Amino acid sequence: MTDSKYFTTTKKGEIFELKAELNSDKKEKKKEAVKKVIASMTVGKDVSALFPDVVNCMQTDNLELKKLVYLYLMNYAKSQPDMAIMAVNTFVKDCEDPNPLIRALAVRTMGCIRVDKITEYLCEPLRKCLKDEDPYVRKTAAVCVAKLHDINAQLVEDQGFLDTLKDLISDSNPMVVANAVAALSEIAESHPSSNLLDLNPQSINKLLTALNECTEWGQIFILDCLANYMPKDDREAQSICERVTPRLSHANSAVVLSAVKVLMKFMEMLSKDLDYYGTLLKKLAPPLVTLLSAEPELQYVALRNINLIVQKRPEILKHEMKVFFVKYNDPIYVKLEKLDIMIRLASQANIAQVLAELKEYATEVDVDFVRKAVRAIGRCAIKVEQSAERCVSTLLDLIQTKVNYVVQEAIVVIKDIFRKYPNKYESVIATLCENLDSLDEPEARAAMIWIVGEYAERIDNADELLESFLEGFHDESTQVQLQLLTAIVKLFLKKPTETQELVQQVLSLATQDSDNPDLRDRGYIYWRLLSTDPVAAKEVVLAEKPLISEETDLIEPTLLDELICYIGTLASVYHKPPSAFVEGGRGVVHKSLPPRTASSESAESPETAPTGAPPGEQPDVIPAQGDLLGDLLNLDLGPPVSGPPLATSSVQMGAVDLLGGGLDSLIGGTNFVAPPTAAVPANLGAPIGSGLSDLFDLTSGVGTLSGSYVAPKAVGSISMDLQLTNKALQVMTDFAIQFNRNSFGLAPAAPLQVHAPLSPNQTVEISLPLSTVGSVMKMEPLNNLQVAVKNNIDVFYFSTLYPLHILFVEDGKMDRQMFLATWKDIPNENEAQFQIRDCPLNAEAASSKLQSSNIFTVAKRNVEGQDMLYQSLKLTNGIWVLAELRIQPGNPSCTLSLKCRAPEVSQHVYQAYETILKN
Amino acid sequence: MSASAVFILDVKGKPLISRNYKGDVAMSKIEHFMPLLVQREEEGALAPLLSHGQVHFLWIKHSNLYLVATTSKNANASLVYSFLYKTIETTDSKILQEYITQQSNKLETGKSRVPPTVTNAVSWRSEGIKYKKNEVFIDVIESVNLLVNANGSVLLSEIVGTIKLKVFLSGMPELRLGLNDRVLFELTGLSGSKNKSVELEDVKFHQCVRLSRFDNDRTISFIPPDGDFELMSYRLSTQVKPLIWIESVIEKFSHSRVEIMVKAKGQFKKQSVANGVEISVPVPSDADSPRFKTSVGSAKYVPERNVVIWSIKSFPGGKEYLMRAHFGLPSVEKEEVEGRPPIGVKFEIPYFTVSGIQVRYMKIIEKSGYQALPWVRYITQSGDYQLRTS
Repeated sequence: MTDSKYFTTTKKGEIFELKAELNSDKKEKKKEAVKKVIASMTVGKDVSALFPDVVNCMQTDNLELKKLVYLYLMNYAKSQPDMAIMAVNTFVKDCEDPNPLIRALAVRTMGCIRVDKITEYLCEPLRKCLKDEDPYVRKTAAVCVAKLHDINAQLVEDQGFLDTLKDLISDSNPMVVANAVAALSEIAESHPSSNLLDLNPQSINKLLTALNECTEWGQIFILDCLANYMPKDDREAQSICERVTPRLSHANSAVVLSAVKVLMKFMEMLSKDLDYYGTLLKKLAPPLVTLLSAEPELQYVALRNINLIVQKRPEILKHEMKVFFVKYNDPIYVKLEKLDIMIRLASQANIAQVLAELKEYATEVDVDFVRKAVRAIGRCAIKVEQSAERCVSTLLDLIQTKVNYVVQEAIVVIKDIFRKYPNKYESVIATLCENLDSLDEPEARAAMIWIVGEYAERIDNADELLESFLEGFHDESTQVQLQLLTAIVKLFLKKPTETQELVQQVLSLATQDSDNPDLRDRGYIYWRLLSTDPVAAKEVVLAEKPLISEETDLIEPTLLDELICYIGTLASVYHKPPSAFVEGGRGVVHKSLPPRTASSESAESPETAPTGAPPGEQPDVIPAQGDLLGDLLNLDLGPPVSGPPLATSSVQMGAVDLLGGGLDSLIGGTNFVAPPTAAVPANLGAPIGSGLSDLFDLTSGVGTLSGSYVAPKAVGSISMDLQLTNKALQVMTDFAIQFNRNSFGLAPAAPLQVHAPLSPNQTVEISLPLSTVGSVMKMEPLNNLQVAVKNNIDVFYFSTLYPLHILFVEDGKMDRQMFLATWKDIPNENEAQFQIRDCPLNAEAASSKLQSSNIFTVAKRNVEGQDMLYQSLKLTNGIWVLAELRIQPGNPSCTLSLKCRAPEVSQHVYQAYETILKN
Repeated sequence: MSASAVFILDVKGKPLISRNYKGDVAMSKIEHFMPLLVQREEEGALAPLLSHGQVHFLWIKHSNLYLVATTSKNANASLVYSFLYKTIETTDSKILQEYITQQSNKLETGKSRVPPTVTNAVSWRSEGIKYKKNEVFIDVIESVNLLVNANGSVLLSEIVGTIKLKVFLSGMPELRLGLNDRVLFELTGLSGSKNKSVELEDVKFHQCVRLSRFDNDRTISFIPPDGDFELMSYRLSTQVKPLIWIESVIEKFSHSRVEIMVKAKGQFKKQSVANGVEISVPVPSDADSPRFKTSVGSAKYVPERNVVIWSIKSFPGGKEYLMRAHFGLPSVEKEEVEGRPPIGVKFEIPYFTVSGIQVRYMKIIEKSGYQALPWVRYITQSGDYQLRTS
């Protein structure tokens, strides 16, 4: 007889009948009744009214009956919390049953009953089960802790269950270890601040041993937990990697992907020069490729992750392009992902094949896929310069197909190609214009309008074309409206005579008839520009555009690093950090890759950052800027002295300035000079170099001041060391300091604190913290700083040159790929080359010296016996400077090439290099 | 992190059976799944991962059932999908029969033993298995995946091999499998000899194989589960000559007819024979009145799949065959554009592996010391074998 009969009773008054049966004396009848209850429950009937009667049946030795009652409890306990207490006693008893199956069943059910009231009664039985002699009970109890924690975290912590759980990591049974790890990870995920998973090398060893012996699911939990561990050095990282790599041969894709996560993360700590690093890279490719033969959903997860891996370490899969070719029967989500990865892997070596494939895809039938394929052709053109011409001709072929959406996508990407390679492919404009009428998507219309506006001088009927768009102006999307406005203004600036009417028309449409504030604002700005200063308007509107870079769709590096830590999880599929989709802030912890070996060294020794001004920095008189002081000084000193040879000029100046009687009479016999100390960066606020002191000793001046700068430990903690000497005859009080606007917005971050009055001939040394949030004005020279110090006697003005490296910030290390892209992107005319003589350092020493001043080595290469260091640094105002330092062993001179979008800083960066390297 | 709950839904989205593991996502949330799926399908943006507010649905479809896992956390997605697929595997009716019996089991009260497979290190094999005759059957099956573009150049050619075992062995036997693996030969110094070896690009093993041992010295050692299982799979992307080569001419004369000419050539050893060859050639969906001519085998029009299937029972190596087909087309052309599906080929070549892989030995050691016989069989078959048409 089958059990189906239990599902067929649908008589009325059934509950009543069941109640009677449940309370029957006969065991057999009771069991039948419970089965009927469960059957009703399963099909969705409400049998919660029978709660007390069913719970009464709980005390039985019959395992089958017990299982059914427990099933019932799990379902209805939440709706009957008061009644659920009745079950507690049985749980306690069952947890001591001689049969481990019953003990485990009880503890499992306990975890599923999410009733706050009864949880505290369950602590004692749970504690026993966690130390049960049978591993099956222990492993079940471990999971129960995580469930209880979700209901009442405080209780679990108070009861010390977390420590017990941690102890289970050392359990002799691998399945218990795996479940303990799973439970701990689960708890840690919702309590990021807890140090639950702060594992030590011993427990890591336990986990690695258990990894070889537990089930596939257990292996995944252990691997995911290992991925959160931070090895103490590269040796430990390597040894863990060595023990994790065999998992890449597991048949379960999830085990493989979790192993990949551990390896990708720990690899970060391995030096690239290590043989093992290369071996590991080679070992990663085959399992990743094999994931593509898994079921489509697993393929999809794998592809989303490969997309991240390819961005992080392109070298792993660079030879595997072919496996990403799309197959006819791939599901569309797999096709789209493959396409994306193909573009990321496209290079000069494989571009011909890629293009042939893309062209094939562009003639498929699935609209989304075709669109993406067309767009991919454009991206290839931008990415691989050598292929641009072929890509453009492929796009033109596709436009000839006249398939509406193909044409539109093609036009959108051709616009980008124009931006990337100006003055190269504009001959195709005529073909594009033929398709004007078929464009009905905003993005394509906007792209076409941009093209017409940008190349108005080459298109005879540009005005007619734009005018035709203008007719339906208000029906267009904002994107198109904005683009049309700009395009017509461009046209007007290029062909002012014929298009005056048109421009007036569009300006009035944008400003008077539109509700869109962006459009109105842009309209007004153009209008005002055109009416006040057409030349300026031309400079603004027709300004040369920066070239676009190929990798606009790369994931931002810090996010990428975080996502690498989440390989295999939902975050890696969404390409979003968990904080973006997991409820509540508390469940969110930002993970990051371990620090690179190189930069971790610098983090340990920020104190050693050299300070002080480079030699050759000399005091400078404040240049005439039109303020009162400038005039005064000018009167006596003539034009400000600047530029080399500074040393002599300073002496001269000192002589004129300090000895000259004229000035004395003007500013009350006091003088204020600011020689930033020369030399010895090691001692902060070093006193003035002897030569200069002598100079001042000779003077009849009454106040001296010396300063040096301390390099920033973190952004914004620059300081200036001043030495104030009162050479006047009276006491000085009420000191205050102010900076003139300067190139990098340096400003005192605190008032000048001179605590006691300064008696004649007394000297104080003050360290003044500086910020970089002051107002900015470009100075000449760039690193010039004008300072005014006021006291009860007078205001003293001086100016000084500061070394640029005080402005180098700690996060100035550029990602390798970014570096390459940026280097290529900065035009060659921005490159400056310098010779650093008498610097007999080898590459290592130079690199570490520079790093302590926040100049970071991004990559190192040896070319024909010369060491090339590729370095990056960032200034406090966000300007990046890229450097190539060429060192030839045995030759004391090295060559420095600098590239920066603001080439005027190069000279000063060079000086900073020289100072740092020579100390 | 894994799923909160798992559901099995029927084709209309009604839950047939469910299991709540964590209780942190309301079971009623599953009601959003089907509407969401339908909506995404209409938008053409269907993906294996859907989300509704804070709830994420990870789903797969198996015949007429949806298997759906819910979660509100950053769950391990690949774990969840692997688990769902494992669920399908283990709900194979044969395996289920072991668990669901029509007669009720006699329950011994007070039985206090947990089945050791639940917590043992060897969770896949129970103790006390006994056979009169101890035997192992080894099947080496290689599938050839091929992708050829319309110009006839090979884009992708790979071999995916699996080694399947049928184990009838008593007790807890220790097995060791020896293959002509190039890395192993290099390790043991066999490479210089006449032995032909094969370079396996990526190898995957059943959980019974000691992975760290393989990583160390390439030894494949294991205690097998009882009965049928897949011991390992491997992949090679060494370019091999496509075993069956197809040349085709498909000429479409709008409003009147389609002419198809297909030439198939067996590019394998003359002594071998491919069995059950099926070549499916795409035809337009509005084609009618088929006519065929074949030099060997038979051709059949399968309108529901829009293909002609040309079947050849036995296809010896080195032979070349021809098929011609003729279809009528309606004079009124239909509006929607059709894709260009590739030509697919199915075949099976027994006693032969493309890669040249060989089982060198299978050592079976059991403490009782019985003699056991290993039997080996080789077969090569078509995998994903596609030739694009122009």
